[in-house]
Amino acid sequence: MATLKINGEQKTFDAADDTPLLWVLRDVLGMTGTKFGCGIAQCGACTVHLDGKAVRSCVLPVGAVKDRAITTIEGVGDSTAGAKVQKAWLDLEVIQCGYCQSGQIMSAAALLAATPKPDDADIDAAMAGNICRCGTYVRIRAAIKRAASEG
Amino acid sequence: MTVIERASVAPSRRSLLTGSLAGGFLLAFHLPVRGADGPARTPDAPDGKFAPNAFIRIDNAGETTLVMPQVEMGQGIYTAVAMILAEELDADFAQVTLAHAPPNDKLYGNPLFGLQATGGSTSVRAFWQPLRKAGAGARAQLIQAAAEQWQVDAASCTASRGQVIHAASGRTLGYGALAEAASKQTPPQEPKLKDSKNFFLIGKPLRRFDTPDKTNGKATYGIDVMLPGMKFATLAQCPVFGGKVGKVDDSAAKKIQGVRQIVVLDDLVAVVGDHMWAAKKGLEALVVTWDEGANAAVSSKDIWENLRAASAKDGAVAKSTGDIAKGLASGEKVEADFELPFLAHATMEPLNCVVRFGPDSCEIWTGTQIMTRVQSEAAKAAGLPVDKVTVTNHVLGGGFGRKLEPDMVVAAVRIAKQVDMPIKVVWTREEDMQHDVYRPVYRDTISASLSGGKIAAWKYRVTGSAILARWLPPAFQKGIDADGVDAAVDIPYEIPNLHIEYVRAEPPAVPTGFWRGVGPNNNVFAIESFMDELARKVGKDPIAFRRDMLTKQPRFLAALDLVAEKSGWGKPLPARVGRGVCLQPAFASFIATVVEAEVDSAGEVKLRRIVTAVDTGIAVNPNTIEAQLQGGLIFGLTAALYGDITIDKGRVQQSNFNDYRMLRIDEVPPIEVHLIKSGEAPGGIGETGTTAGPPALRNAIYAATGVALRRLPIDRTLIASGKKS
Repeated sequence: MATLKINGEQKTFDAADDTPLLWVLRDVLGMTGTKFGCGIAQCGACTVHLDGKAVRSCVLPVGAVKDRAITTIEGVGDSTAGAKVQKAWLDLEVIQCGYCQSGQIMSAAALLAATPKPDDADIDAAMAGNICRCGTYVRIRAAIKRAASEG
Repeated sequence: MTVIERASVAPSRRSLLTGSLAGGFLLAFHLPVRGADGPARTPDAPDGKFAPNAFIRIDNAGETTLVMPQVEMGQGIYTAVAMILAEELDADFAQVTLAHAPPNDKLYGNPLFGLQATGGSTSVRAFWQPLRKAGAGARAQLIQAAAEQWQVDAASCTASRGQVIHAASGRTLGYGALAEAASKQTPPQEPKLKDSKNFFLIGKPLRRFDTPDKTNGKATYGIDVMLPGMKFATLAQCPVFGGKVGKVDDSAAKKIQGVRQIVVLDDLVAVVGDHMWAAKKGLEALVVTWDEGANAAVSSKDIWENLRAASAKDGAVAKSTGDIAKGLASGEKVEADFELPFLAHATMEPLNCVVRFGPDSCEIWTGTQIMTRVQSEAAKAAGLPVDKVTVTNHVLGGGFGRKLEPDMVVAAVRIAKQVDMPIKVVWTREEDMQHDVYRPVYRDTISASLSGGKIAAWKYRVTGSAILARWLPPAFQKGIDADGVDAAVDIPYEIPNLHIEYVRAEPPAVPTGFWRGVGPNNNVFAIESFMDELARKVGKDPIAFRRDMLTKQPRFLAALDLVAEKSGWGKPLPARVGRGVCLQPAFASFIATVVEAEVDSAGEVKLRRIVTAVDTGIAVNPNTIEAQLQGGLIFGLTAALYGDITIDKGRVQQSNFNDYRMLRIDEVPPIEVHLIKSGEAPGGIGETGTTAGPPALRNAIYAATGVALRRLPIDRTLIASGKKS
C-alpha cells in the first residue's frame, strides 16, 4: 500500500509505482474531476498541482510523488488563487463542454499563485499547454485577467 | 450590441438535477450510481405530478423539472431549452431543475430528423415551437385550475414566476398547489403563445445551468461514471480499417499487475484491469497478428485519385435555374477546384462507455448525441429486446458529430458480454484518433462566367461521401445527399444561370461521418474562396462584389455591412497582412465574418483579429451565441491551419495531439461577435463559426500574398513561394 497527500488528506491505495497519478486519482481513488485527454502530456486536461506547481498527472508516476502535496480540481477552491479563478470562470461564463476546464483552472490557478498580475505573454506561457476543443480561449484569457484584478 | 451584459439571474436554488424524480426515470446528473438503482420508467407515470407533456413536471411543492430532449455537449442547449420552456410556462426560473431525457423518439425526437439526435445546429430551430407550445399549454392548464378554484374567468387570471394571479381580487396560487388540479385539465390544442415583447427570459444573456459543476470537478461525464465492483478496459481494433484479429499471444499481458481478463473478438481485442493503466499496459503487452484484409494497401494517394476521377463525371442535379450552357458560353469563363481533407473529431473526452449486464438486462452509461440509436444498437449487440436496455446519458466532453455514432457503445457491450462484472471501456487517444468516423474528403469543381462585373453563370459540382445515405437513408433521394449540397443550393448571390450537382464517391477503406459544420463546411469554403478569385478577376473589392449580387437579401447585406464597419474593412494594413471575408447561407443564420491574418516569408500564418456579424433571428441566449461563434471559429480555423488525417497502408498516420495539432491559446487573437437584433424565428448557431473561419482565413492569405489556396489545410510551402495561380 502507498500513501499520497491529496488536498490536505492522506490517501492510501494499492497501485504499482509506475502507475501515472492520473489513474490513481480517477480509477483507484474515484476522484474523477481530473480528466484523461491524451496520456502523453500534450493537452493538459489532467493538470494537478504538485507543491503548488502545475504538472501533467498522466505522465507522473505515483512513485515519484513521494511526500509532495497534491492539489486537484476538487481541492483547488480552498486556495485564494483557485477560488478567484473558479469565480472568474463563472462570472465570464468561460465553460462550454467543460471537459478540459479542470486542467485549465488548475493551470490558471498555478499561474496566479506565482504571478499575481500576469500579462498576455505570461498567460500564453502558462496556458499554451492546455487544449480546449470548444475554443474557449478568448474567455479564458479574459477570466484570468478578471481573477488577477480582484484583490 | 457588442458588449454583452452578463447574467443578472443568480438564483440560490436553481440547480441542474440535484435530485431525481421520485419515479426515477430521470437520472441524477451528479449521481449516476443512484440513477442506476432506479427502474426504467416511462415519462407518463409521474406519480401524481403535473406532467402535461414530455418536457414539464411540476410536483406539489412547486418543484419544476424540465426534461431536455437535446444533449448538452458544450453548446449551452440545456440553458436555451430551459429558457424557452420556462418563458412560456412563466416558471420561476430560479427554481427549475433540469433532467436528461430517457431514450424515446416519440417523446423526444428531433422534429427535423425524426429521431432523438442532437446535431446540425438544429436544437433551437427544431424545438422552438414545440417547446413554446409545451410551456404555454401547461401555463393554460395551471391558469384554468386556479380559475376554477376561485370561480372566476380564466381570462381574468395571469401567470408569473411560478404562480397564477387574479389581480382583481389580489389572490395568488403557486404552481405546486395547483399541480394536481392542473393535471385534470384538458391541455389546449393550440395554446396561445406570448408576444415576444413580453419575454422575460428569452434574449437575456443568462448564466448556464451546467457550468458551476464544471469548475469544481463535480460534473459527471460518461467517462466519470463509477459503479460498485467495476473494472476498467481499453481496446484495440485492427489498425487497418476493416481488418480482423488473426492470432493473439496473451502470455505477457496476463503477467501485468492488475490485468484481470483478455477479451478477443473477431475484430478487436480488449484488456480488462483494475484501472486504466493496468488495462493499457496489458494491451501494449498483447501480441496481436492482424488479418489486415482488403484495405491493407490503401493510401491517401489512392483516395484522392478515386475522388478526382469521380468528380470528372456528371452528377445528380440538385438545383438548376436559367440556362447553364448558354450562361457559361457567354462572358469570361473562370474555373477552379477545391479540395478538403479527412478530419478527426478529437473530442477532449475520449470515447468511452460503461456497461453492466444483469441476468436479462443491460445498463449503459455514456455521453451520446443519439440516445435511441445507442439503445437499439446496444440491444442488438447484447442480444436483448430494446426494453431490456437502459441508457443513461451524461454531459458530453465534446461531441462535434462523433457521438452521433453508436460504435463505441456497441464495442463496449460486446466486450462486456464476455466479462462477469461491470466495466468502463475507455479508448486511448490514439485509438480514438485512428478509429474515428472521419469528416470526408471533398472535391468541388466550379465553372463560372463573368459579365458586367457580376456572375452570369455558376456551375458547381460537389463530390464526396454521402453520410446521410448511411446515417438517415430516407434523406438520400434521387442520388443527392442533402447534407452534401447544403449551403451550395442556398447560394445567396443573384446569379441568373445556376446549376448544382452532386456526385457520390465513397472513399476506399475510411469510414465517414458528420463533423461540426457538416456539409456547409465544404461548400462555404469553396464558394467563398472562389468569390474572392472572381472579385479579383473583375477588379472589385470582395465585399463590394458580393454586395452587388445581394440586392434582394437584406439580412445578408446587413451582416456584410456591419462586419465591414466593425472590421475596419478597406483601412490600410501593414505589408503581408490581409483581411478576408466570408458570407454564409448556412444553418438558417445570416453571418458575415472577417479574419485578419499576417503571413511571414516562410508561409507561416498568424491570426491577428476576427470580427463576425450575426443575425440568427431571435437570440435566445446572447451570451451563449457569442461563445459558440468564438469557439466555432477556433474549431474551423484549427482545421484550416492544421487539420489533415492521412492514410498509408490502410491506416491513419496521425495518433495524438503531437501530430494532429490544435490551435492553442497563444495562437488565438481577439474575436469580436456583433449580434444583429431580429424578431425572426431563431436560426442555428453551434456550427456557424466553424464554417465561417476557413474561407475568411483563406481569403485573408489571398489578400496578403496573392496566393490563391484551393486546398486545406493551408499549404505553407505554396504560400511562401508567393506563386499566384
